[in-house]
Amino acid sequence: MCTVCGCGDGKASIERGHDHPHGPDHAHDRRHDYGDDEHHHHDHHHHDRTRGDPGLLDCDAGAAGQTIAGMTSDRIIQVERDILSKNDRLAADNRARFRADDVLAFNMVSSPGAGKTTLLARAVSELKGNFPIGVIEGDQQTSNDAERIRATGVPAIQVNTGKGCHLDAAMIGEAYDRLPWLNGGILFIENVGNLVCPAGFDLGEACKIVVLSTTEGEDKPLKYPNMFAASSLMLINKIDLAPVLDFDLARTIEYARRVNPKIEVRSVSARTGEGFAAFYAWIRKRAEKARAASLSAVSA
Amino acid sequence: MHEMAVCQGIVEIVEDEARTRAFSKVKAVCLEIGALSHVAPEAMKFCFEAVAARTIAQGATLDVVETAGTAWCMACSRSVEIKRRDEPCPDCGSYQLQVTGGEEMRVMALEVD
Repeated sequence: MCTVCGCGDGKASIERGHDHPHGPDHAHDRRHDYGDDEHHHHDHHHHDRTRGDPGLLDCDAGAAGQTIAGMTSDRIIQVERDILSKNDRLAADNRARFRADDVLAFNMVSSPGAGKTTLLARAVSELKGNFPIGVIEGDQQTSNDAERIRATGVPAIQVNTGKGCHLDAAMIGEAYDRLPWLNGGILFIENVGNLVCPAGFDLGEACKIVVLSTTEGEDKPLKYPNMFAASSLMLINKIDLAPVLDFDLARTIEYARRVNPKIEVRSVSARTGEGFAAFYAWIRKRAEKARAASLSAVSA
Repeated sequence: MHEMAVCQGIVEIVEDEARTRAFSKVKAVCLEIGALSHVAPEAMKFCFEAVAARTIAQGATLDVVETAGTAWCMACSRSVEIKRRDEPCPDCGSYQLQVTGGEEMRVMALEVD
């Protein structure tokens, strides 16, 4: 499977074709260098058996008779590299592009069913008259969410992650290429509905927005602390249902601030529109802050 | 199961090192995983075996050193150790903590042939 986007095994795809180059820095190409399956399988079966480890291909035998000058066996090589450095590098590239295009990108995360898409559909249709907006939708399968966004007249690209449980920076770079130029506008990235995996993968966004719905219970921030720690804003959705559910807003906020003392909170109802004015005010404030930061970076 | 993607990252680093530092077999991969990072070391070991299969890292063991979570307590104005994100300051009980360490996930060293 291609590790950039999960393609290859037919499991992941980005809408409107999938034509990124599978060049030499693509992991599955490299895999073939080492794959050498035929060599490894062929005539080492008895080694496997004598070692009593049928699940292990005997790579050791493959190197027999080969010596590399200056190499001793059992070397310890110091590496000290961040495991997600490749994703982080691509995320930094995305961030630089967003800054150059004066685009504010939000990475929206939540559990499945929290109402991200309904919330986004309302927000983009109400904001689209003010500035350019684009949406990248991440789901394991289907283009349903992108279609719902497009129905509002806003461009949307669906990324299907196949078996992947999160979006990564490479997928966002490719999907962003397929959107129209959003100069001076906003990019909403709707991540795969999952409160665990997307927490660790930087996409190049300005910040993460976690959506928590009142039907999920107050203790989600304690159950999934990494996601709430990584987010700048918690949107509490379905607030219109709070009285029916005896939802304790104050306690939810207290739990979220236990794992992230700085997290900001707004309550909304994507169904009724309650609270959206405050959410838009938060977006405007965030946009002003980003613009001021990039201006001071230019003048510095 | 993002541990699969994380393990894929480990294998890529090993393959990259193999190209520049000439070795043909990896016996062990030594990792540093922070207590507050988003992966579970046990799940990593499980995934690594699957992801490393038929790569140069096949059969290598994962040696995980777990590093402590540290945070700055705004109430105490000093650094404290925490095991989980939802823990209060062990001294004063405040949740006004700014995480300062224990989020890292790093390949530290390879034992190779």
